[in-house]
Amino acid sequence: MDENHREIRGFFARYLRSTDFADNEDVFAAGRMNSLFAVQLVLFVEKQFAVTVGSEDLDMRNFRSVDAVGDFVRRKRGALVATTAPTSQGHSH
Amino acid sequence: MSDKIKCVIWDLDNTLWDGIIAEGDSVEFRHEARRLVEEFDRRGILQSVASKNDREPALDTVARFGVAEYFLYPQVGWWPKSESVARIAKYLDIHLSAVCLIDDDPFERDEAASGCPGLRTFDSRRLEELDLVDALIPSVITPDGSQRRLMYQSEIRRKEAEEASNTTNAQFLNDLGMVLSITNVSEGDLDRAEELTVRTHQLNTTGRSYSREELEGFSKSPDHRLLVASLEDRYGTYGKVGLILLHCDPDTWTIQLLLTSCRVISRGIGGILLHWLAVAAKTRGVRLQGEFVPNDRNRIMWITYHFANFRAVPGSTDAVILENDLKQLLPPPDFISLRVADSLRSEFGEGIIHDDLADSPTTC
Repeated sequence: MDENHREIRGFFARYLRSTDFADNEDVFAAGRMNSLFAVQLVLFVEKQFAVTVGSEDLDMRNFRSVDAVGDFVRRKRGALVATTAPTSQGHSH
Repeated sequence: MSDKIKCVIWDLDNTLWDGIIAEGDSVEFRHEARRLVEEFDRRGILQSVASKNDREPALDTVARFGVAEYFLYPQVGWWPKSESVARIAKYLDIHLSAVCLIDDDPFERDEAASGCPGLRTFDSRRLEELDLVDALIPSVITPDGSQRRLMYQSEIRRKEAEEASNTTNAQFLNDLGMVLSITNVSEGDLDRAEELTVRTHQLNTTGRSYSREELEGFSKSPDHRLLVASLEDRYGTYGKVGLILLHCDPDTWTIQLLLTSCRVISRGIGGILLHWLAVAAKTRGVRLQGEFVPNDRNRIMWITYHFANFRAVPGSTDAVILENDLKQLLPPPDFISLRVADSLRSEFGEGIIHDDLADSPTTC
């Protein structure tokens, strides 16, 4: 997960052109980012982490901070493991 | 597609002027060449230079003759001409089949043509024939054809500023002072509107394209509104970059098409137009829906719809119907101001975005 975190933070930093932001900072609320960044972020997450962002996931709450994106990716990956290999992996929720 | 030429590339020695500067000639600008450069610019054809020369003295000479402003991305150096031509086409994002090279040297013409499939070449010793070449006469000549070149020049300055900027992406957009103007599509906009639907795939909510005649029909239909959005900022105009086809029932507005030019893909125009429509629909007391036909290219618009609070209406099939319940309007984007045409205000309002800016949209 550390690797993911680094990549997500890197993506935020490239847009913010700064590393001066907290992992839990809501970059949209702070006005440091606009809705346009959200679209780019979705495309990045799909490509980088090979997860599918479904319509139900297209909610700002999943993308507003480095932590939020990290949690989202973890959740999607967990679901992926649970659905593709239900017997060997057991069920996480 | 048409076989019209969108970009003319000029050789310099013995083409634009008589004589060879590298041999110390005192060169003389060809009268006919100057007339054509001005004429092509008026027709909205872009122009550049490809010359084997030392860069400084060649470009100084171009400037001395007072025509430097006409040429975008001039390529002067001792590499093959095919490389120069390919580079210009790439920078301008124009297909090689819409480019021509004017050169006096048959070897250079052949080298460029063989290295650049589709390139057309003309012999500059027969300049006087070029006036009547059909491919160099655009099907539509707008009153201000030079606008096209100016648009590219402002984009070049804008890109340079963006690369040099060390502020955040959001701050850079803020600093651009962008103004988006929304108007009804008029007679003179129909060709551009058609071009937008034909050329825009990635940022097109239905993937549909429409002919000029169809669009003209919508622009006159009492049940439809056909709107066009133009963007400008402190560097100049981007031209007409967005199109909305809205079907208006008394109780429901349906966005049958929303598209924005790929040139403004990083400007968030789609989301801003959706926000404006949501505010207008809510003010008007009508429901707001959007048709969406997913394909393998337009996912960005799907995401844009969702971040603008549109959700699929259950049961909708191949053309998905999305609806914004208008219960909660998002905060307006603050990096762009809207200017709504007077003729649209009674029906659509001003979008309440920066309502203090409605009358003086260029103040930041």
